[in-house]
Amino acid sequence: MPAGFFLSIAALILFPVSPQRATFVLCGLAVEALGLGVAIRGHMPARGESRP
Amino acid sequence: MTPIAPAMTDAAFALALALLLIAPLAIAGVALINTGLGRSRSAAQALLGNLAIVAVAAIVFALVGATLGGTLPGASGSAGHAFQAAGKPWNWIGSGPFLLGALSAAPAQSQLALLFEFLAVGLAALIPWGSGADRLRLTSGCAAAAVLAAIVFPLLAHWVWVGGWLSQLGVNFSLGAGFLDPGGAATVHVLGGLTALSVIWIAGPRKGKFPKEGLATALPGHNAVYILFGCMISLVGWLAWNLAGALIWIHAPLAALPVTAVNTLLSASAALAATFAVTRIRFGKPDASLCANAWLAGLVASSACAALVTPGQALAVGFIAGIVTPLLVEVLELAVSIDDPSGAITVHAAGGLLGLFAAGIFASQPGQLLAQLVGIATLLGLVLPLVYLLFWLLNRVLPFRVEPDGERIGMDLHELGGGAYPEFVIHRDESYR
Repeated sequence: MPAGFFLSIAALILFPVSPQRATFVLCGLAVEALGLGVAIRGHMPARGESRP
Repeated sequence: MTPIAPAMTDAAFALALALLLIAPLAIAGVALINTGLGRSRSAAQALLGNLAIVAVAAIVFALVGATLGGTLPGASGSAGHAFQAAGKPWNWIGSGPFLLGALSAAPAQSQLALLFEFLAVGLAALIPWGSGADRLRLTSGCAAAAVLAAIVFPLLAHWVWVGGWLSQLGVNFSLGAGFLDPGGAATVHVLGGLTALSVIWIAGPRKGKFPKEGLATALPGHNAVYILFGCMISLVGWLAWNLAGALIWIHAPLAALPVTAVNTLLSASAALAATFAVTRIRFGKPDASLCANAWLAGLVASSACAALVTPGQALAVGFIAGIVTPLLVEVLELAVSIDDPSGAITVHAAGGLLGLFAAGIFASQPGQLLAQLVGIATLLGLVLPLVYLLFWLLNRVLPFRVEPDGERIGMDLHELGGGAYPEFVIHRDESYR
């Protein structure tokens, strides 16, 4: 997720032109979405964990 | 968005102050909803926790957070610390006076802004408490609120409201008017919702929520009256909150306030109507707690955009919030096993993100949508990992989750020694033995 954030910030600095900048910010958000998906999957309790 | 620019008229100042005195009703409403959505054997602990968290957040924000937030000008008069990158200043942290020094000598607008932040930090810290219901210790909840009020909230509030780098995206990178969030959708609700997600990940689900086989167990809220009455109180608080935010952070003219109020009401109403219809179609009858969640999601979405959109657009935003809310609650619980009793992730995080996105979509200035997307990227890519890391460390020192016996007998008896409803028989759940 932080990688997506830094990608978005890099887009602001590196691309003064709007379309490229927007594309890279969207790419950053996509990377964050992937990271969030991995984090959610990593925290899913295995079935049977919750009951002794 | 900065409280410094054009001077506020006396009428606007008096109105903003009066609104801020009503705004705590939003906190009261959320507290009632959190309590009603928990179980009866944890009700007193839940409501006491709501009060304690607001108190801790206020104290810690006064001691530490307000200095980092930088809302009051410091001794040198500077608004914060900035570094230079790519020839642009990146104002990343405030430098206010220690312990609210010279508060009474600060400009009136800055004092109002600080009062707004005090309420905002209380509400933001309250949101994850509902998600940790029935398993989160009172001391851990207060410690989490302290971390939020000392570090994360002040940073975000500075970036968004007090001349920080997100608010300067318009000046430095020609992105509309910079990241806009007059009602605290990002600084309060998305922050609170993402904090709730971190708390749930760290504390884990309630015992018996996800059994070995079959679907997740339904653990419905114990008091629908609290939940629905909390929604009504929230409306009053939210109206005050959104109007005060518009006056303080985007310097809205008085003539623009009725539209902001109408938009707030329309957003919540459309969300409720949409969820009412969705649950009626899916389950045959409308679901009270999901409708309450949708009402709140509509209000949360309006926090970002009520002062920036037309009534028709507010209706559309609320309608989308109402469609998404019941579906996302179901997905989070059934598909990814997230046990969120108060629905904070859906209501506050998703609702807030929707409002922030809508504020960009419906904006008239070019580049505003990109500014909103950069703000959203900051929330998901920086704030969530930061909160998770801080809470993971805190959990090593002060475990979030109560002992198994606490969950078995209920948090009221375990932590307070007495229940909220002493005349009722508290049923112990035999399946936990």
